[in-house]
Amino acid sequence: MVAGMAKKPDLLPGTLDMMILKTLTRAPLHGYGIALSIKHLSDDVLTVEEGSLYPALQRLLLQGWVKAEWKMTETNRRARFYKLTAAGRKQLGFEVSQFEQMIAAIGRVLKDAQEA
Amino acid sequence: MNPNPFTRFVKKFSILFSRERFASELDEEMAFHREQVEKELVAEGMGPEAARFAAMRQFGNETKLIEQSHQEVTFRVETVVQDLRFALRQWRRNPGFALTAVLILALGMGVSVAIFGFVDAALLEPLPYANPDRLMSVNESNIEESRWPLSYLDYLDWQRLNKSFSSLDVYGSAGYLLRTPSGAEPVEGARVSAGFFQTLGVHPILGRDFNPGEDRLGGPNVVILSYGAWLHHFGAGRDAVGQTVDLDHEAYMIIGVLPRAFSFAPSGNAEFWVPVNSLSHHEQMRTFYNFWGIGRLRDGVTMKAALAEMAAIARQLQRQYGVTGRSLTASVVPLTEIIVGDVRPILLTLLGGAGLLLLIACVNVASLVLVRAESRRREIAVRCALGATRARLVRLFASEGLLFAGFGNLAGLIFAGVIMQFLGRLVPKDMASNMPFLGYVGLNAHTGAFAIAVGLLAAVLLAVTPMVRLSLQKVRDELASGGHGATGQLWRRLGANMAVAELAVAVVLLVGAGLLGQSVYRLLHVPLGFDPNHLATVRVMAPGTIYHSDEQTAGLYREILGRASSLPGVQSVGMASLLPVQCNCNTDAIQILGRPSHDEHNEVVERHVSTLYLPTLKANLVRGRLFTEAEDASRPGVTVINQSLARKYFRGEDPIGQRIADDEGGHPSEWEIVGVVEDVHEGPLDVDTWPAEYFPINQTRDHYFSLAVRTGQDAGMLLPVLVSTLHQIDPNLGVSDEQTMDEQIEGTQAALLHRFSAWLVGGFASMALVLGVVGLYGVIAYSVSQRTREIGVRIALGAQRSSVYKLVMRQAGWLTLAGLAIGLVCSVGAALAIRSLLFGVQAWDPVTLGCVAVLLGLASMAASFLPARRAALVNPTDALRAE
Repeated sequence: MVAGMAKKPDLLPGTLDMMILKTLTRAPLHGYGIALSIKHLSDDVLTVEEGSLYPALQRLLLQGWVKAEWKMTETNRRARFYKLTAAGRKQLGFEVSQFEQMIAAIGRVLKDAQEA
Repeated sequence: MNPNPFTRFVKKFSILFSRERFASELDEEMAFHREQVEKELVAEGMGPEAARFAAMRQFGNETKLIEQSHQEVTFRVETVVQDLRFALRQWRRNPGFALTAVLILALGMGVSVAIFGFVDAALLEPLPYANPDRLMSVNESNIEESRWPLSYLDYLDWQRLNKSFSSLDVYGSAGYLLRTPSGAEPVEGARVSAGFFQTLGVHPILGRDFNPGEDRLGGPNVVILSYGAWLHHFGAGRDAVGQTVDLDHEAYMIIGVLPRAFSFAPSGNAEFWVPVNSLSHHEQMRTFYNFWGIGRLRDGVTMKAALAEMAAIARQLQRQYGVTGRSLTASVVPLTEIIVGDVRPILLTLLGGAGLLLLIACVNVASLVLVRAESRRREIAVRCALGATRARLVRLFASEGLLFAGFGNLAGLIFAGVIMQFLGRLVPKDMASNMPFLGYVGLNAHTGAFAIAVGLLAAVLLAVTPMVRLSLQKVRDELASGGHGATGQLWRRLGANMAVAELAVAVVLLVGAGLLGQSVYRLLHVPLGFDPNHLATVRVMAPGTIYHSDEQTAGLYREILGRASSLPGVQSVGMASLLPVQCNCNTDAIQILGRPSHDEHNEVVERHVSTLYLPTLKANLVRGRLFTEAEDASRPGVTVINQSLARKYFRGEDPIGQRIADDEGGHPSEWEIVGVVEDVHEGPLDVDTWPAEYFPINQTRDHYFSLAVRTGQDAGMLLPVLVSTLHQIDPNLGVSDEQTMDEQIEGTQAALLHRFSAWLVGGFASMALVLGVVGLYGVIAYSVSQRTREIGVRIALGAQRSSVYKLVMRQAGWLTLAGLAIGLVCSVGAALAIRSLLFGVQAWDPVTLGCVAVLLGLASMAASFLPARRAALVNPTDALRAE
């Protein structure tokens, strides 16, 4: 496999922050862990580019939706773990509901288009 | 939902101070990520080496990643600070460029801020009175003059009848002889109605205002001092109030002192303010007009409504009292207009000139910045290649522009302060008293705000220019092209446009300066009708209490004329009620005897002169004779008229022997015309000569008169002797205004204001010329440097040196022609706008336009000759090898 050559669907714009927050609901993760977990959870459909992951994490930190902590991994390496904050959980709920409304709306439009 | 902006700010701020740590942590974090990906790839069966490269490729440019992450959390300001630091570093590498740019900007900004300081103080600041916008100058008006003084009786009726003004007052100027321990000193005063200060809203700082009724006939002799008079004559003592002063040999009680800041320009330097409570013989007549009115509009009354009411009252009074031949109506204009109306066109012209200079300075610096942007093409291309975005580049240039504008502004402010002081001092003291606003000129909130606005404008211009260039081309192409080809072309066009703009602005300023300069010249060469050289003049006031009989006054005249003419070097001495080139005031309404009166209004200038006055001035007698010494009060009245009067009232007739009559009783009211002289310019230089009549001073008896002394030597040397001789004759004489006739003419308001504006605009124009020509030089020199290879090829192929000259000069010629053409068209428009300042010269004066064209053409050719020479001397082998 040659990275970057395979054509993969792009993330929907504006959904990256939401998905990062979602992956952090179970346990704190480091950057690689977040990327990996999004990949697995989406059955390898979604790939998070590192180029967008790290700026996004900084954005979330700044908003106070996640907190960062240096910890040791199972392999005894130092890594920065991100943890969801209360404000982050609230924000996630808000974004998910927004997103669901949006998807539902899009679905209605498409359904209508098919029936016509 | 979002955290409050404050915590965000604090977070950003803390990151700002731990940037190293921020970057290293991110670095470590991403290294970990990369290793994990690598491991994953190895687990999938890739070779370790291949896995490492694949992971790195997937990650991309790590520095850029850190940069992007950093941008998320950083202040915009931080990069600006970075840019500013970079710009400063660039300056240090090239201080000449930075210094030039800042100096040019400082010049433009300093001049415009300074001129704005004057405009602000004169035209924008309200007058220092209570609710000054309700204060009106209220006067009569007739055909000749839109603003004609009030007679005292008319004033009383106007005050009684009007409903538009909550108060209506009058003022008139007066001169007094103040008795001091060292002799009589002539002082300026003003006579005002009792409510005058109240109408202005001014209160004495010491003592009291006039009481109502103190201005009734026979009222008490009281006086209010100006702050200056209080300081100089009474040492600012608190006990001054209640003391008496001797004015014209009468005791006046001091009742108050005016505030220091108080000034009332129409009364000039008046120091002693007395109520109008005694009227001269003339002043008791309804047709003797010598007071000026001010009124405060009632709330809700418009100026227009007040004017309509006053005009109706004026017409009604004229009918009621059978005043003929005046067709009087009223004039109501804002008091501001009276005080600053004269200087408004000049100040606006100067502001316009300064604005143009600022424009040219900005364009000049902008093109400097552009040239430098050009030489930094590679740097920019490299920045782009390394991932700088357009926005980032634009910010880089913008911050440089900001830095220029900022430093230029700072230097400009200092410069403006200096100019304002300097210009303020250039205004002569006599004139300064008519311009009370001069005291408010300086660096203050208004000028500061203006300076900041100007600076921001300049910053925008300087920042936008390189951006225009950036958007005009694909910067990325530059690395490959090595900086030649289409981009040079593009820049040349932009730079050339700037040079044309600079030249056009320079033309406008040059034409303006040329026209104003010509106006001054024409003004000072107006035919005067007399010879102003070698004339010493002095004003004399003879106290009426001492010289009250005709014999005493005649004796004084004889004594003065005799003693003055026997002074060494003196050729002849004359005496007149008012010297020439002063004003068309002291006028007389005349009738021609033996002609039916058609109710027409014949206002002529009236002067009382001694026998030898007209010969002393070297005025030319055209017909008839002058007066003789024998023609005194006991003989029938005689008069000499000027040619204007003869032309106007005796067209096709011989005026000699005709009789004219005036309507001011008291003196002989019939005068026989015995002679006609060529027009002597009695009024201001910029006003046409009026008809004038001269009466023998022996038949009129004036207590205020001036001496004109013709000498063979330097007139200035004679002045001190003249003054001391007058004091010897009688220490009670008030002697003032001793100056030569030339000084007096040069010092008139018309001459000064015209000269002032001509010099300033001339200064602006020469700076503009230099900047414009330097701009042109820059464009041509740059284009030559860009075309070195092309020129080398041409020469190698056999082109003559002369054709290379032609090539370069043709380009310069086109630019110059374009600048000239645009500039000349604009300058005619600009000249039309300042028409009111021009004297004896048309806005499209071909001589001025031609001279400017030649001057600019020569200067431009000189500026482009140097680069042309450099081009012609290009060595083809060097030029080709250099690539």
